[in-house]
Amino acid sequence: MTTTTPGGPVQAVLQLKALTRVHGTGAAEVHALRGIDLDVRAGELVAVMGPSGSGKSTLLTLAGGLDHPTSGQVIVEGTDITAASRSQLAALRRRSIGYVFQDYNLIPALTAAENIALPRELDGVRAGRARKEALAALAEMGLADLADRFPDEMSGGQQQRVAIARALVGDRRLVLADEPTGALDSETGEAVLGLLRSRCDAGAAGVLVTHEPRFAAWADRVVFLRDGSVVDQTLRTGAEELLAGEGAR
Amino acid sequence: MSIRHGLLALLEPGPRYGNQLRAEFEARTGATWPLNVGQVYTTLSRLERDGYVTPDGEDDSGHPLYAITAEGRAELRSWYATPVDRERPARDELAIKLAMAIGAPDVDIRDVIQRQRHHTLKAMQDYTRLKAEALTAAERPDAGSDAVAWLLVLEQLIFQAESEARWLDHSESRLIRFAHRAKTAKTAQPAHKPRERTTR
Repeated sequence: MTTTTPGGPVQAVLQLKALTRVHGTGAAEVHALRGIDLDVRAGELVAVMGPSGSGKSTLLTLAGGLDHPTSGQVIVEGTDITAASRSQLAALRRRSIGYVFQDYNLIPALTAAENIALPRELDGVRAGRARKEALAALAEMGLADLADRFPDEMSGGQQQRVAIARALVGDRRLVLADEPTGALDSETGEAVLGLLRSRCDAGAAGVLVTHEPRFAAWADRVVFLRDGSVVDQTLRTGAEELLAGEGAR
Repeated sequence: MSIRHGLLALLEPGPRYGNQLRAEFEARTGATWPLNVGQVYTTLSRLERDGYVTPDGEDDSGHPLYAITAEGRAELRSWYATPVDRERPARDELAIKLAMAIGAPDVDIRDVIQRQRHHTLKAMQDYTRLKAEALTAAERPDAGSDAVAWLLVLEQLIFQAESEARWLDHSESRLIRFAHRAKTAKTAQPAHKPRERTTR
């Protein structure tokens, strides 16, 4: 099935093409990724699952331009980041790609609003405007009351929600999340996933690496990796159909 | 599944007729375990035989009503107070399938596991979408207990599917480890006696 709009095919925010990463050489050669193809469109949340060592984290690191592939391409918003210069790559990372890590990675000396405004200021946006954008991002996610709190004055779940706001502030549409619920209890983790889901519904493209099936289930697609290759993936179908099917059994 | 106790619980606030009980049961559980009205009346007549319910006239439209008795209330209290029995687990087709697949010729057990994982994850995606809607409904200020009950039932389906998915992951890792051990055990046993070990 191809998704098309009257204006033509929907362009993927993130495209991985024949992506391969080999660590080491000779006898010590390890194929972390073997020719991965993956498109993530605006509005789509894709979960990546697989056992340890299957290549999940390598995939995310390459997608974010934090590491170079051995071969293949990473295309973010139409730009091949594997062919970009250092400064182009740095700009692209600031403007197009947001990260969410397991341990939140907020800057302890800055408030929630300042943490969110920082990447915009680094990108040359004036402080006043960056703060306005940060407050708007917090308000949109129902986090307005956290604006002036420092990370150590927030719970883990609140910090992670602020981290999601930071990942998507400005024009950034791609959020890469590496085990974002790893340090959270079940209900808080779910609230964080719910927020990520709603940002994707609002037009962001998300890649979520997780080993928790319950969190992966929030995604539109679940991609299974094994030994560096995609072995399988799911597509979401109508749930009513599923329940009707169970009832009829 | 205890339809008996479900019906007693629904009769506790006041008399009901059969189709009303069916509708209320489904509203609570989101039609996850649909009942037909025949099942409801069969169960009601057994409950009546056991003295837990009693016929209670008709409503204005002529539907025969049933009411819970004092014995019925005592039975219901004891149901709430007793944990659900886990000592005789229901037969699980998946567990039986994997048990049979171990060592079966021409069966790739990792394939069996992956097919099931795919199916289970897909079901979880569907349940999760329903749950997101149910959560929104349950958080509305005017949400009734049916909305919350349906959310809990959906979450039970999700947690049950999750435990299956985690068990599959665990089984796969375990099988890989055993296969690896079997392989290294083979290579560690050469056909003839090795010479004295040389040290570098």
